[in-house]
Amino acid sequence: MKTMDLQELEKRFQEKIDKEIKIEPNDWMPDEYRKTLIRQISQHAHSEIVGMLPEGNWITRAPNLRRKAVLLAKVQDEAGHGLYLYSSVETLGADREATIDDLHSGKAKYSSIFNYPAVTWADIGTIGWLVDGAAIMNQVALCRCSYGPYARGMVKICKEESFHQRQGFESLVTLCNGTPTQKAMAQDAMNRFWWPALMMFGPSDDESPNSAQSMKWKIKRFSNDELRQSFVDATVPQAEILGLTIPDPNLKWNEETGHYDFSPINWDEFWQVVNGNGPCNKERIEARTKAKEEGMWVREAAMAYAEKRALKKTA
Amino acid sequence: MSNREWPLWEVFIRSKQGLNHKHVGSLRAPDATLALENARDVYTRRSEGISIWVVESNYVHASDPSDADSMFEPSDTKVYRHPTFYEVPEGIKHM
Ligand SMILES: [Fe+2]
Ligand SMILES: [Fe+2]
Ligand SMILES: [Fe+2]
Repeated sequence: MKTMDLQELEKRFQEKIDKEIKIEPNDWMPDEYRKTLIRQISQHAHSEIVGMLPEGNWITRAPNLRRKAVLLAKVQDEAGHGLYLYSSVETLGADREATIDDLHSGKAKYSSIFNYPAVTWADIGTIGWLVDGAAIMNQVALCRCSYGPYARGMVKICKEESFHQRQGFESLVTLCNGTPTQKAMAQDAMNRFWWPALMMFGPSDDESPNSAQSMKWKIKRFSNDELRQSFVDATVPQAEILGLTIPDPNLKWNEETGHYDFSPINWDEFWQVVNGNGPCNKERIEARTKAKEEGMWVREAAMAYAEKRALKKTA
Repeated sequence: MSNREWPLWEVFIRSKQGLNHKHVGSLRAPDATLALENARDVYTRRSEGISIWVVESNYVHASDPSDADSMFEPSDTKVYRHPTFYEVPEGIKHM
């Protein structure tokens, strides 16, 4: 590379971003841009993988074969999403296994929503509807991220996600049109998942210090609060169709702003869960660590077998 | 615990007969057989393809993006390689 001072490189980098030119793996990029992406994409990957745990738990207990096949397909998609994202993190020069070890050691985070348990069948429908719904809101915005491999991964993920939300909503429609007990089960799931779903968009804009830089680099296109508002606006009418009550006495349409107003979020709870004290944090990390440790012999055996065969070929 | 990772593979998929294989992403696998199987599961869960190539990433050689200007400049300046460069009298058909 020609010698160019850092300032000049950074200037050219920002010009590319401003002109909506995607950044590709071998292109020059500021260290902080790389670090931010590695952190964000690996945490996104971890979320996809950890997110399989609460739902995977219900595969053997789905109420019928159709729902079981659907849930299985959804959970398999989430595994795929995790893999696209780990691949995309590797294009930044990060070590995939190191990012996974960071998850296991507690150094890396994942979406706090997956630290809540899925205790009834209605939770599965609600997760599809609200949790995947919130994820889609985030991920659609990320399809235009300035980093090429991440943006391309998001496009593929978004295509697949759309059935995730629909299958959840469909399952809730069935419950809400069912017996009073089924309807009550759906309402109970709504009561528990509504606020954690809103927290998925992350801290308020004035509390997320890195947000401005991410917007400038076009890693993010919308702020946390903007996305959260879009989610509320899109979801309230859907809840009405289900006949479910959103657990917020202050939720109401605001003519002036053209948006729904809602109560302040309990950020203490959010930080408690992010920092490891949610209902299932320990269980989730234990399950992931166990999967890696107890599955290691399979990886090693597959490698040994491949090497043995390669040797035979050359001999 | 072993620190040796499975090699990285680049995945190319032919979406339908008559089209070329296109890069779709990468994955890790111990050998080509498993790379193909994993590529099937990771990248073609919705009839995205009818044929898969996997190439160990080590064997991919790439041009340097910082040389892109000098590398591709010659083709940018040769406008006479395009049909629109040429004027033909009015009324000429099929050219
Ligand atoms: Fe996903
Ligand atoms: Fe996701
Ligand atoms: Fe999903």
